[in-house]
Amino acid sequence: MLRLEPRLEPSRLMFYSAPFLAVALALAAGMVLFGALGKSPLTAVELIFLEPLRSLRGIAEILVKATPLILIAVGLAVGFRAGVWNIGAEGQFTIGALTGGSVALAVYPASGWWLLPAMALAGIAGGMGWAAIVAVLRTRCNTNEILVSLMLTYVAVLALSALTHGPLRDPDGLNFPESRLFQTGVPLIIPGTRAHVGFLVALAAVALAWVLLECHLLGLKIKVLGQAPRAAAFAGYSEPRLVWMSLLLSGGAAGLAGLFEAAGPVGQLVPQLPAGYGFAAIVVAFLGRLNPIGILLAGLLLALTTIGGEMAQISMSLPSATISTFQGMFLFFMLAADVLVNYRPRWRPRRTLAELEATPAKAPANAAN
Amino acid sequence: MLGSVWLGLTWMADARLGSTGARQLGNRHTDPADAGPLRAEPLLSLAGISKRFPAVLANDQISFAVGRREIHALLGENGAGKSTLVKLIYGLMRPDAGRMTLAGAAFAPLSPADARARGVGMVFQHFSLFEALTVAENIALGISRQGPDRALKARIATTSAAYGLKLDPDRQVGTLSVGERQRVEIVRCLLEAPQLIIMDEPTSVLTPQEVEALFATLRRLVAEGRSILYISHKLEEIRALCSRATILRAGRVVASCDPRQESAQKIGAMMLGGTLPSVRREPLRASGGAMRLKVNALSLAKTEQFGIDLTNISIEVRGGEIVGIAGVAGNGQAELMDALTGERLAATGPSIEVDGTSVGRKPPRARRALGLLSVREERLGHASVPAMSLWENGVLTAEARRHLSRRGLLDKAGARRFAGRVVADFAVNSSGVDSTAERLSGGNLQKFLVGREILQTPAVLVVAQPTWGVDVGAAASIHARLLALAGAGTAILIISQDLDELFAVADRIAVIASGRLSRAEPVHLITAAGLGLSMGGLNRGEPAHA
Repeated sequence: MLRLEPRLEPSRLMFYSAPFLAVALALAAGMVLFGALGKSPLTAVELIFLEPLRSLRGIAEILVKATPLILIAVGLAVGFRAGVWNIGAEGQFTIGALTGGSVALAVYPASGWWLLPAMALAGIAGGMGWAAIVAVLRTRCNTNEILVSLMLTYVAVLALSALTHGPLRDPDGLNFPESRLFQTGVPLIIPGTRAHVGFLVALAAVALAWVLLECHLLGLKIKVLGQAPRAAAFAGYSEPRLVWMSLLLSGGAAGLAGLFEAAGPVGQLVPQLPAGYGFAAIVVAFLGRLNPIGILLAGLLLALTTIGGEMAQISMSLPSATISTFQGMFLFFMLAADVLVNYRPRWRPRRTLAELEATPAKAPANAAN
Repeated sequence: MLGSVWLGLTWMADARLGSTGARQLGNRHTDPADAGPLRAEPLLSLAGISKRFPAVLANDQISFAVGRREIHALLGENGAGKSTLVKLIYGLMRPDAGRMTLAGAAFAPLSPADARARGVGMVFQHFSLFEALTVAENIALGISRQGPDRALKARIATTSAAYGLKLDPDRQVGTLSVGERQRVEIVRCLLEAPQLIIMDEPTSVLTPQEVEALFATLRRLVAEGRSILYISHKLEEIRALCSRATILRAGRVVASCDPRQESAQKIGAMMLGGTLPSVRREPLRASGGAMRLKVNALSLAKTEQFGIDLTNISIEVRGGEIVGIAGVAGNGQAELMDALTGERLAATGPSIEVDGTSVGRKPPRARRALGLLSVREERLGHASVPAMSLWENGVLTAEARRHLSRRGLLDKAGARRFAGRVVADFAVNSSGVDSTAERLSGGNLQKFLVGREILQTPAVLVVAQPTWGVDVGAAASIHARLLALAGAGTAILIISQDLDELFAVADRIAVIASGRLSRAEPVHLITAAGLGLSMGGLNRGEPAHA
C-alpha cells in the first residue's frame, strides 16, 4: 500500500522540481488523451511544444500571448502571497481596456507621443478602480474577496459589451458592435510581427515585483500577513492597508494588461476582448510558485502551449476543448505534486495486527537502571 | 466493575472500528477478569523501544514498566523524548524497534482508537474541544457516532459524580473555565473505561485548588485499580503524587526512582545531567525607580464571543521592578496583552502611559518606538511566523528600533547581524539565522523571542508565559536574563499561570480574574494558597472540591 508520510521539514528539492514534475506528468497524461482521441501523441506533442519555436512569427506570437499572462500573474502573486484572493483579474483587465481605450476614443482623431502613456495610465486607473470596489467591501464590510471579485468580472464583461454596442460603437462601422480602430498602436519590438513593448513592460514588472517581494519591507509584510495574520497584527502591520495595496497592485497590473491587449494586437475595443487571460494568469501564478521569475517562465510555457495547441487544433483537427483540458492538467498536477513538498511517499505492505505483534523486537530488552 | 470494563471495551470497539475491526480485536482480548493471578505483573511494560526521525533518535531503547495501581511519572526536559514515547504508547506513531506488553499480552496499537479499545486513554495538554458545542456534544464527538442523547448524558452525569468531576452536560464548552474543560477531557477519557490513563502536563493550566482536586481524582482512579502515566516537569508535584518516576534525557532512560524518597534538586539534576541552576531573586530591592508603565482604569469590551471584557484595569510598574500578573488562563490575559501591545487600541490615550507618554491610541510600531516591547504567549503564528527564517522574524519586531530598513528596502545584512547576536547572546540552539522558527524547539524559540526584545533595550517589557512549555535549563536562563534586564532599569510585567515562576522573579504580584485586576501586593506578603483563592474565587468556575 502506498502511504504518504509527513516530512520533518519541507523538501527544498521538491519545492523547485514540482513544477517540472507537473509539466512532465501533464505531458504524459496529455499524450494518453491525444492517443484516446485517435491522434498520434508524438505528433501532437511536437506540434504543441516545438512547432511554435521554429519561426520568428511563432516566437513573437508566444510573446504576445505571454505579455498579459505575465503582467496579470505578477500582480496576482503579490496578493496571493498576502492571502488576498483576487480571482477577478479578468474583470480588471476588461475595465482597464475600456478606460484606456476610451481615452483614445474621447480625443479622436487627436494623437501624438502622449496618447499611449495616457491610455496606459487610464488603463491602470481603471483596473485599480475596479479592484478598489473589492477592497472597500473587504475592508469595510468583511465580504469575501473571492466572490466579489469573481462576480465583478461578469459585470465588467457585460459593461464592455453594452458600451461597444452603444456609445463606443464605431459610427462608420456598419453597426458592428466594435469601437473605432485606435489612432495609435503599441510600438513593436520585433518588426513584421505583433510582439509589442508590452512584453518589455511585463519584464520590468517581473523585476519590480522581485525587488518588492525579496528586498522590500513591504514584501516581508505581505508574506507575514499571508502566512500568519496574527503575527502581522503583533508586528503592527495594518491588514486593511496591505489588502488595499495588494488589490490595487493586481488590479492595476491587470488593467494595464487589458489596455496593451486592446491597443496592441486587437487595435480597438471589441466585446470578445476578455478571452480568459485573467483566469489563465491564476494558473500561471501558481505554476510559477508565486515567484516573479517562476511566473515569467510559467507565462511563457502557457503561451507556448496555447499557440502550439492552436496549431495542433488546426492541422490535426483536435477538438478546441483539448488544449484547455491540457492546460487545466498543468494546474491539477501542480497541486498534486505540491503534496510531495511536505509528504514523502512510502511503499509499505499492509500488515495485519497479528503480523505486527508477531514481529520480534529488533533490539534486546535492557532494563532500566 | 471488571465486567463492565469488558463490556465497555467491546461496546467501544464496535462503535469505533466498525464490525470487522472489532471482531479482529475482540478475539485477542483477554478478559480482564482473568488477569487476577497476574496482579504482580506490570500493566504496561516497554522493552527496547526506539524511534528514529531523520535528524534525531527520539527514543533510544527505552525500557520501563508501569505497575498496576501506580501513578508513574515520566520526567524529562523538553526534547527528552517524552512526547514521542507517549505517542507510541497511544498509537499515534509506531516504534521502529522494541516491544510493548499490556496486561501480559503483546501491545502494538495501530491508531489511538486501537489503543483506546485496548484500555489506554489519554488526556492531552492542549484540549481538543469545540467551544460552540455543549459538553455532551463534545464528548459524543469524541467517543462514538452516537448522538448526545439522554443515555450518554446520564453516563456523563454518573461518571463525573463518581469521580468528583462536577460537570453539566448541557453547558456550552465556551463558557467553561480551563479547569472545567480539563474535566470534560478527563470524563471523556473515563467513559472509555481505560486501565491506563496517560496525562500530559495536566496541571499547567490549573489553580492550586484545582490541582488538589485533580490529585484527589487521580488517587481515586488508582485506588480502583487503574494506572496513570503522568507526564510533567513540575518536580514538587511529582513528589506529592507519584510513587515511581522514570527520567528521560536525550531519548534515553537515565534514571528511575521513587520520587517521594528523593529531593526535588536531586531529581532535577538527574533530568538535566547536572545541577539545577537556581534562580532566586534578591529580596526586594529599593523600588525607587521612575514610573515607566502606567495603566489607568483601562476597560475594553470583548470582540469575540468567548472573550473577556477588561474592566477598570490599573497597574503601575517602575523601572527596575518586576510585577507579576497571576491568573487562570482565559480570564482576560490575552485581552490585556492585546491592549498593551497595541493590537487592540484603548478608548483613550492616557489609559496606557509609557515613561509619561500616552500610548493607548498608538499602533504597535509607535509603541515599540517608545520602548514598550512585548513577548506573546503563542510562540508560533503570533510571536513569530513559523515558516520564516530567524532573521526575518527578527525584523518583525525590531525593524523600527534597530533601523533594519532604509527607505523601505530591507537591510538584510543588518537584520542577519541582529538575529545572529540574539542567537549567540541567548545561546539559541539552531543551525543559524536562516533556520525557520518552526524548526527550533520550544525552549530555543522562546529564548530567541525573549532575546529579540531584550537586545532592543526596552523601557518596558511585557512578557506572557515566559517559560511555558520550556525546559528547565532554558527557563532558568530566561529568568536570569529578565532579572538582569530589570537590574538595568527596565520595567517588566510578567503575565503567567506559573505561580512558582512569579514567586521566583516578581517583586509584586496582582491577580487577574474575569477581566478584573487586583492590587499588586509585595511578594513577601502573599501566599500561594491565598493567590489561588483569588484566582479561583472571582472566576466563573468555582474551585472543585472532590
